[in-house]
Amino acid sequence: MDPTTRRPVVPVEAGAAQAKAMIDTASTGASQSRHLTSTNVTAISVRGLTKTYDGKRVVDALDLDIRTGECFALLGPNGAGKTTTIEILEGFRKRDAGEVSVLGDDPAIAGRQWRARIGVVAQSTGDSLALSVAEVLAHFAVYHANPMPTTDLIAAVGLQEKTKTRISALSGGQRRRLDVALGIQGQPELLFLDEPTTGLDPAARRQFWSLVEELKQAGVTIVLTTHYLDEAAFLADRVGVINHGRLLEIAPPDQLGGRLRGKATVSWQEAGVSREVVTDEPTAALRELLGAHPTAEIDGLEIHRPTLEDIYLSMIDQTVDTTSGLVASAPAQTGSTR
Amino acid sequence: MNLTPSHTATLTPPSWAPTSLARIRLELVLFFREKSQLIFTFLYPVVMMVIFGSVFGDQDVAPGVTFPQYFLAGIAATGVMLSSFQSLGTSIAVERDAGDLARLRTTPMPPIAYFLGKAGLVLVTTVVQLVLLLVIARLAFSVPMPADAAHWATFAWVTLLGSLSGTALGILVSSLQGSGKSATTVIPAISVVLQFFSGVFFVFANLPGWMQQTAALFPLKWLTQGMRSVFLPDDAAAFEVVGGWEHGRTALILAAWTVGGLLLSLRLFRWRKAV
Repeated sequence: MDPTTRRPVVPVEAGAAQAKAMIDTASTGASQSRHLTSTNVTAISVRGLTKTYDGKRVVDALDLDIRTGECFALLGPNGAGKTTTIEILEGFRKRDAGEVSVLGDDPAIAGRQWRARIGVVAQSTGDSLALSVAEVLAHFAVYHANPMPTTDLIAAVGLQEKTKTRISALSGGQRRRLDVALGIQGQPELLFLDEPTTGLDPAARRQFWSLVEELKQAGVTIVLTTHYLDEAAFLADRVGVINHGRLLEIAPPDQLGGRLRGKATVSWQEAGVSREVVTDEPTAALRELLGAHPTAEIDGLEIHRPTLEDIYLSMIDQTVDTTSGLVASAPAQTGSTR
Repeated sequence: MNLTPSHTATLTPPSWAPTSLARIRLELVLFFREKSQLIFTFLYPVVMMVIFGSVFGDQDVAPGVTFPQYFLAGIAATGVMLSSFQSLGTSIAVERDAGDLARLRTTPMPPIAYFLGKAGLVLVTTVVQLVLLLVIARLAFSVPMPADAAHWATFAWVTLLGSLSGTALGILVSSLQGSGKSATTVIPAISVVLQFFSGVFFVFANLPGWMQQTAALFPLKWLTQGMRSVFLPDDAAAFEVVGGWEHGRTALILAAWTVGGLLLSLRLFRWRKAV
């Protein structure tokens, strides 16, 4: 392996010693990426991006900067403009207006040299059903100047047991892993992952997450879309929420939602009826509640802080229940029980 | 702006030559593993030759022209069309639907490699299919083979031009189709109708005029006529509608379909399924 061009991807089933080594690289990797972000190297720059289908603005004057080496998650409901935006960045769709630079080139006119630096795991991918995993990977290796060695690649996505299995006999989750393998085979600098873990079981998702972590440590810039908020919270350095073709907010996952974040919900059962209060001061609310029930056990007592999912839902749709709990009814209810 | 801290010297991805070879190899492997395609486009002409040759083997369609002899010309032309037009028209539409084409576009593969891969598949399957067909026609039904080098040369250019026009039209029709599912039913239906109209199953000169004129718009009629000039005696040209083999017109029409089909394909071909 040529150390100057080969990125260190450690098989996900790495033993304890390797796991230790991975943690070591993790720390150096993190400081490296901090260094990169501090120098503000931009991998993707988007200004005023607009795309219209049938008179409807699917992407509406969108601005976005993604830094080299970061993992950026784009969140949004179906039809929000996520996939359209991603596909414009990948060079698969033409834009109507705006400026786009991806790795320094305009994706609408960039050539094969540019394409070689980019990896894509799309939502829907092909299935040459009559080929085995090893055959598909060996074939696609021909397209790349510097493909990752097939055995490393198979280990990285955890398909060692399936190398001789035909794709038609793979489970949905195993096929998704093969998609990911093909996406990273060319050792891209920039990797687009469009809902990469859809159809994976929880264990496989975790395995995939550690693979993404390793790619991040190796310096790969990652643009991720997902419907799993826990996935975005775990993987992303920054999250962008998109709806109706506009970016509502960009922030690290633990800072998204600003003022929505402080609210907590205290909920309990009273005479078989669910009661709740949304408050900035859950301790005070709880104290009042306990005062009202000095001896009896309070059924179903819970204090709930908004998860990333709650915050996300309240951002994309001002009418869902979470929002009415968090925003609309909160001021009137603060500090009192109902 | 400079965006790449590493990989400053990006390697050039492999050119069209190795990628096209890899595509041809892959297409052939997939072809021989997908049994349904193998049977429907590859063995169909051979099976038809055996059936029709066995049933009508002792009949003559004209003085000195046996039915198997006439039918060989038609079914050889059909084989060329199936291996190019039908095979590509359906397989490309299905691959587009399944997302195979979109995935190829995510790699640095040169687009021409995909089409050369298909062309390689068409070439190999057409040659193997014709060899099988000729051997069976000769051994089982005593159809005489082309008499001299000139006839073999006609056979070669008619096959090549027919195959090229079929390839161009296959790529084109796959681009017109809404989905892979409709392609797999509509395209074979077009093929069957063209076979009847173009004088594969019946003697072309005996067909109603409107059928002859409709058929003359499409390549299969000319491909069939070209094949008859190879496998029928020279004086059988008198039984053609215009009383001759019309080699010049055949070449012109097949070439026009090839060029026109490719030009339209350039405009209409899509790597991704329509949204």
